[in-house]
Amino acid sequence: MQVANPEQLNATFIALADPTRRAILARLAAGDASVMELAEPFAMSQPAISKHLKVLERAGLVSRGRDAQRRPCRLDAKPLEEATKWLETYRQNWEASFQRLDDLLEEMKATSSKKSKRIPK
Amino acid sequence: MSTAAVKVSTPTDCEILITRTFNAPRELVWKTLSNPELLKRWLFGPPGWTMTTCEEDQRPGGAFRWAWNGPDGAEMVMSGVYQEVVPPERVVRTERFEFGCAPQGSEQVSTMMLAEQNDKTLLTLSIIYPSKEARDGALQSGMDRGLEAGYERLEQILAEEQSK
Repeated sequence: MQVANPEQLNATFIALADPTRRAILARLAAGDASVMELAEPFAMSQPAISKHLKVLERAGLVSRGRDAQRRPCRLDAKPLEEATKWLETYRQNWEASFQRLDDLLEEMKATSSKKSKRIPK
Repeated sequence: MSTAAVKVSTPTDCEILITRTFNAPRELVWKTLSNPELLKRWLFGPPGWTMTTCEEDQRPGGAFRWAWNGPDGAEMVMSGVYQEVVPPERVVRTERFEFGCAPQGSEQVSTMMLAEQNDKTLLTLSIIYPSKEARDGALQSGMDRGLEAGYERLEQILAEEQSK
């Protein structure tokens, strides 16, 4: 199986770290949109949105159409799939286990404080 | 939330570094990481898997053997030998994965450390592989088995963002 390029993955993760950029991707998942249409719900200027779009473009998550007037933005989900498939899935497997461990630790803490008859803080 | 989500990074080509804070004293966290009955209660492996065997001989030179069962009768085994055991703060051991009966892949060295942080405990787990290929393979094995869960989670994230 093909292993994703780590630099590409880094760019993807950096792009996804920002809530505005995630919201832009979610909007584009519903269909292509122009910069103006994207800026509308965010109370942000078009140049600010364009800056976010550049990061998303560099990560290969968004491509721009050829229509000179509108240049619609389009979601390219492939890097997202790579990132999801790889490190993120690995991380989620650990997180699922660690959340069960959180529960177990809480249970053990409750039991040990009962045994020692300490007054709860 | 009192605990932060687990962080996974790849500081070098051959390493995976995992860190996670637990809202419990170090002695207690140590117990859940070394007592077989307690390990079985949380270390299930990928979604749909459960831990079936947990044999532990936690002392330098002592062996361990952990096994999981997955969907359709699949089995996964990890075994190895302890090199350093310093309760409740540090464990170094070799690890090797087997699938079914055939040994697979290469040996990795894992170092687990527990640090006290007020009433909390910081777990740091460093796994060093003999090559980048082996490291990437380990990351990918989680992917293969967790692929479906990953996509479901992605869809959920996108749905959440859209409903905002």
